[in-house]
Amino acid sequence: MKRADTIRSPVQRLLRNIRAYRALLLMLLPGVVVFFLFNYLPMFGVIIAFKKIDYSLGILRSPFVWLDNFRFLFATSDAWRITRNTLIYNLVFIACDVFLAVGIAVLMREIWRPAASKLYQTIIIMPYFLSMVVVAYLAYGFLNPDYGYFNKLLESLGLNKIQWYYEPKYWPFILPFIHFWKSLGYRSVVYLAAIAGLDKELYEAAVIDGAGKWAQMTRITLPQLIPTMVVMFLLALGNIFRADFGLFYQVTMNSAMLYNVTDVIDTYVYRALIQMNNIGMSSAASVYQSVVGAITVICANLIVRKLDSSQALF
Amino acid sequence: MSRNSEAAVQAASKDLRNRAPWYVNVILHIVFSIFAFLCLAPLLLLVMVSLTPETVLLRNGYSFFPETFTLEAYRFLFQKAGMVFNAYGVTIFIVILGTASSLLITALYAYPISRLDFPFARFFSLFIVITLLFSGGLTASYLINVRALGLRNSIWALILPGLANAFHIIIARTFFRLSIPTSLMESARIDGAGEWRILFRIVLPLSLPLLATLGLFCTFSFWNDWFRALLYIENRQLYPLQYVMMRALMNLQELQKNIASGAMNSEEAMKILAEMPSETLRMAMAIVAIGPIIAVYPFFQRYFISGLTVGAVKG
Repeated sequence: MKRADTIRSPVQRLLRNIRAYRALLLMLLPGVVVFFLFNYLPMFGVIIAFKKIDYSLGILRSPFVWLDNFRFLFATSDAWRITRNTLIYNLVFIACDVFLAVGIAVLMREIWRPAASKLYQTIIIMPYFLSMVVVAYLAYGFLNPDYGYFNKLLESLGLNKIQWYYEPKYWPFILPFIHFWKSLGYRSVVYLAAIAGLDKELYEAAVIDGAGKWAQMTRITLPQLIPTMVVMFLLALGNIFRADFGLFYQVTMNSAMLYNVTDVIDTYVYRALIQMNNIGMSSAASVYQSVVGAITVICANLIVRKLDSSQALF
Repeated sequence: MSRNSEAAVQAASKDLRNRAPWYVNVILHIVFSIFAFLCLAPLLLLVMVSLTPETVLLRNGYSFFPETFTLEAYRFLFQKAGMVFNAYGVTIFIVILGTASSLLITALYAYPISRLDFPFARFFSLFIVITLLFSGGLTASYLINVRALGLRNSIWALILPGLANAFHIIIARTFFRLSIPTSLMESARIDGAGEWRILFRIVLPLSLPLLATLGLFCTFSFWNDWFRALLYIENRQLYPLQYVMMRALMNLQELQKNIASGAMNSEEAMKILAEMPSETLRMAMAIVAIGPIIAVYPFFQRYFISGLTVGAVKG
């Protein structure tokens, strides 16, 4: 049997394996089909960005214009604006997400009564399960120019109403606030679970040695969490070119007055495609995002793999 | 809560020597009460607005403490707004069909690549990891789905693109590898069981916590989805709930149009429009749409967290 193996050519071995594992291969089939149609076909679709699409000719027969679409995109001020907004918001989100979530988790661990802690956890992760449409409704409840809670409050204080959806200067604060409101509780609870997984004997030994809470936190909890934090941070950093479309489109009510501070790559691609019907511009921005995004994701993963190979995607 | 965090909380409270001082505990309760209030307050405002009579609202604006309460908006919603129920039906359809098929596809894909003796495991793992690294982007996906696959105005546009999730498959693969004893599968094979039988009779029954976790993630993602409808659906009959809500928020007349479209004739439509409590109706609709999710998630939240811990130990 062993001998027969060595004689066979790779092709024969492949055919034999396919026959031997045909049941498993059949199981893979539905997934392969779905991934092919919805993930791999669009990858070939990036050629659209290098063509001038003419629907009468179809996608494949439309003429190539090579880099013209990109030249048009980067000649506009839009390219700089959407890149800047995407990067700055994501940097703020990523940097604060990790520290705030760990901070909250460390504090939550010190609450005496388990029932109280559990109640807080249940409430603070609730916003995570709401869709961005619902979040937009909630924000609108406060920001509605005529009846909104904030403007009624300002009115009762004798101050002027603010046209929230027309005034860009407030949004660099509103958007991060909503981002943290929605996801911070959830992230904290995840870190709380990570802290719970740490070795209890370390804490017991520390108490016997007379270590206080502060010493336990800085000498035991944080040093053990740092590898996880670094990995989460890097993986998030890899996705820095991908913005949360819902946050920037729904919550701002797609208000054109705010674009200077709310327009990100994802919203731009959508608007160019659906509202302006400018396929060239849209596909150029979309491919720009995919390419740079792929580079950052791969770099982040390479670093993660160096630090802790079990956490890397590949 | 996950078993881990519960155990930690209990361990911390049992060990009296290692408690934070009482005043720290008081401060923590104050801090977390404020945090919890901030999370609930916007929802509370929405509920209050939906219960406010339209006339009071137009006079006083949105308020946490309306002068009087009424169920008018809800009554109107349940009697006249067939549109919303149609949307509910669409959403429930895509949630059930989407979640069931997504789970099936995930399990069928994850089981073979979890098997260490399967010679193509590496290839097919790579096949899905690549989708996490590279994407064609929105424009290419949109044109392929609309032009090549003909998904515009099709209910399948709301289901098919969300079926295969590489992250879920990786989580499931890790779970199968770590939690299903190889000896069990081995002995089943000796007893003459085929791969399908092993998967459905041995592996999956032992993976119920995993299936619950992934099933809930899928349920939420299909329930909360509005983006696919935004891209692909123009036919009102196929609007899912979130998309109806989105359109109503962006444009109040849109809501009025939708509701009046259920009327038999223009006279009836005018009558409906005249007595419609628009502002509060919109909020009532949001509450009706949020309701089921808020009601069920506390019972299932431990699966979400355990799911994340499963994902964190991925190989």
